[in-house]
Formats: sequence, C-alpha cells, structure tokens
Amino acid sequence: FSPVGKMFRAVVRLSTSGVRNLARTRPCYSAPLSARCYSHAKVETDEEFDARWVTYFSKPDIDAWELKKGMNTLIGYDLVPEPKILDSALRACRRLNDLASAIRILEAVKDKSGPHKDIYPYLIQELQPTLTELGISTPEDLGMDIL
Amino acid sequence: MLTSRALLRGLKSGFWRPLSSTSSVQAAHGKDMSPDVLDPSVPQYNNRLDTPLSDVPFVRNLNSEQRQLKEKEKGPWTKLTKEEKIALYRLTHELTYPEMRRGSSEWKTVLGGVFIFLGFSGMLVWWQRIFVFGEVPHTLSDEWVEKQTQRMIDMRVNPVGGFAYHWDYVKKQWK
Repeated sequence: FSPVGKMFRAVVRLSTSGVRNLARTRPCYSAPLSARCYSHAKVETDEEFDARWVTYFSKPDIDAWELKKGMNTLIGYDLVPEPKILDSALRACRRLNDLASAIRILEAVKDKSGPHKDIYPYLIQELQPTLTELGISTPEDLGMDIL
Repeated sequence: MLTSRALLRGLKSGFWRPLSSTSSVQAAHGKDMSPDVLDPSVPQYNNRLDTPLSDVPFVRNLNSEQRQLKEKEKGPWTKLTKEEKIALYRLTHELTYPEMRRGSSEWKTVLGGVFIFLGFSGMLVWWQRIFVFGEVPHTLSDEWVEKQTQRMIDMRVNPVGGFAYHWDYVKKQWK
C-alpha cells in the first residue's frame, strides 16, 4: 500500500467531515449570490437598477418636478447612468418641452465621469440616434464645454 | 471670500473692483433681485454640480421675446438655431458646468496681502534694529572671540565629540 493513497483517503475523509461541519455552522451558504454573511436582504442587480430608472423616466405624463427629482437623485449616486436611462430621461425632457434640461443632463453626466474621459464620448456615441431624432445639441456643439 | 474682505478693509484701498455679489453687478446680469427670490422659504435657483436641475429656472420673468422662444421650444427642437438653444439654456441655468468649476484668482490677492504684511513687519523689525536696540556687547567682537576660541582650545572643551575634538593639536589647525 502506498502512503500516498493512504494520505489521499485521509484527506477525503477529512474533507467530507469538514463539509458537514461547514454546513452545520454556516447556514448562509445556502444563498446563491451572497458570498459573505451579510444580512439576507436581496441586493438589486445592475439590470434591475437600470430597468427601474428607465421605467421612472418613461412615465408618459411625467411632470417637471418628477424629472428634476429623478435626475438630481440619479446624479447623487456613485455611478454614471447607462445610456438607456439617459435616453429615457431625454425623452422625458422632450415630453416636457424642456431643451435646457436635456442639455444640462448631458453636462451633468460628463461631469459625473470625473477623470474617466472615455465615458462621455461613449455615452454620446450611444445616444447619437436619440440626439439627432429629438434635435438635442450636445454642449460641445453649442460651445458650452469651454469657458 | 472672508480673508480678501478683511484685506480690503485693512489696506483701506479703493481700487480693488467690487466682487460680483454687489447688487449693481447682479442687476446687469439679469439676476432676479426681487424680494420673492431672496426669500429662503421659497424654492431658490442654485448652481450646484450635484444638482443639475434646479428647483426654479434662473430667469422667471420672461419678456415677450423670451416667451416666443419658449413657445418655439414646444415644437420640434431640430428647428431651433444654435443661438436659440443657448438662449433657452441660459434662461433656465445661470452657469454651465465649466463655469461652475472655474476657479478664481483670489489666491493671488491673498498671497499678495500676506507678503505685504510680512514685508511691513520686516520693516518694523529693521527700524527697531536701527533705532531701538543699543550696541552689541564687546564680548562678541572679533578680537574677543579669537581670544575666547584660543582659550577653549587650551582648555580642551568637549574633547570627545565637541569643540576641541575638531582641533588638530599636532598640526595646530582645524581638522
């Protein structure tokens, strides 16, 4: 008999008992997504977050206050909104006949990107169809990005 | 803001331009100075990077030309010229993001003031040195210091790591 084989069997035995121990002392392992023993609250995924905000701005009879509140809240988060959320917000501006807010939103997300200079061009690239359709000029087009 | 105001008063000088918060400058820029706007219990306009859309638009009392532009805004935006779009933006917002982020040259004023006062203090110290202080004691004259140094060498002051350690007694010079 090889000592290696014996070791292997010992390891297997150890590991199975270890697993059983693990299951007994750490019940939170049953949760699929959570890897740590935090509270059992469900964490919203990125897609759910995006969908929620797109729905918020897609409300057909959205009013000016709701647009302002939504936009200010969104800018308060530690993220740059996805193009689809911004698209929804720009269309909300169109429904409210508010071009100034549409341009302001573009300025705000550029500012939100901070040192990451490649985010804003990407957003404009993704939003270009909407911008041309609605006739929204970017701050760069209007010369408002320089002093 | 506070330091430069104090500086103004301290120097009693009139040739600094008043800062932009004076009412005459604000009126020229079309800012609404009516009591309604100055009332803090009513929604205010503010330029904030973290609040892109303010509670109220910057210009609230529109003249007929501006009202016409607002009517045109209800139609397709593709029909608006660039100037009209800029005008619409400026009606709702006072400052653009780059304008909000722009710094000022106030630091130059502050630094200049600091140096002026330091210089003035230096002048006072100099005057004091000439007109207030008496003569320096005779024990600091070159002659006395020479004799004193020779005496310290002869006494072997701090021979291990201090004064006399640096004197070479063989060559009779400093090491």
